[in-house]
Amino acid sequence: MDKIRALIVDDSSVMRKIVERSLHQAGIELEKVVEASNGAEALAALRENVVDLILCDINMPVMDGLEFVRQAATVETAKGVPIIMITTEASESHVVQALSAGARGYIRKPFTPDQVKEHILPVLGRKP
Amino acid sequence: MSTDTSFATRSQEEILELAVEEVFEIMLGCRVKPIAQCEHKPNTEFTAMVGMAGSPCGILTVCCDAKTARQVAKCRLGDTADSEEQVAEALGEICNMIAGNLKNKLAGTDEQCMLSVPTVISGGEYSFHSLAEGDSMETVLLFEGAPVAVRLQLQS
Repeated sequence: MDKIRALIVDDSSVMRKIVERSLHQAGIELEKVVEASNGAEALAALRENVVDLILCDINMPVMDGLEFVRQAATVETAKGVPIIMITTEASESHVVQALSAGARGYIRKPFTPDQVKEHILPVLGRKP
Repeated sequence: MSTDTSFATRSQEEILELAVEEVFEIMLGCRVKPIAQCEHKPNTEFTAMVGMAGSPCGILTVCCDAKTARQVAKCRLGDTADSEEQVAEALGEICNMIAGNLKNKLAGTDEQCMLSVPTVISGGEYSFHSLAEGDSMETVLLFEGAPVAVRLQLQS
């Protein structure tokens, strides 16, 4: 399985590490991990890095995850890159807003490596 | 993890216990069960709290001693989790996930309830006063042999 480049967006550095470890536990090998602590940092990171996958929280300071998803669609290097939301916000309205904004999937915390695999492999064009 | 109609027949205390058990099992790989509070008095060297605004409305706190908080961080981050900041963040994230899991079970996924950013207090010399007047419940569990208290204070 090819290694991937991932952008992990979460205001908690611990949560970013947890997500990275979960990818490893799910058998998804990482060539590179770019981290950002809010949507604005993530947009800046996307202008400087090419990634294959974006994992993004919703509730963050400066720019939240929903606004990031909307704005990421205008960044040339982010076009076509799948965005998966990983968040404790599980309300139907958040899911609808995230998917409407362009997110390809939604993982609720707490999550298992199997759930990570189940949601992420299909958007990478791989079988779960 | 999504709303289950069977939760309607359970008490809030049972739902709190279930929400805690799920987070510890999924995120920390540890099966925990509530214990009698009189047997183990939880230490409050680390207290993480998350506010819930909407329905339900209240505050959720997770208290434990410093060694246990470090163990929580190590379970999620490996041996690199050594600074107090990382330990506090890890405990705050666990509290956040318990609050999120709990609100989904109590209110369902179509209800509006916002969670605050987690706050973590380190150092046990403090008194906690919540101005919320309503039901209060607590579950104490053993994690790595040490008690962890999860308390929910609801506003009526």
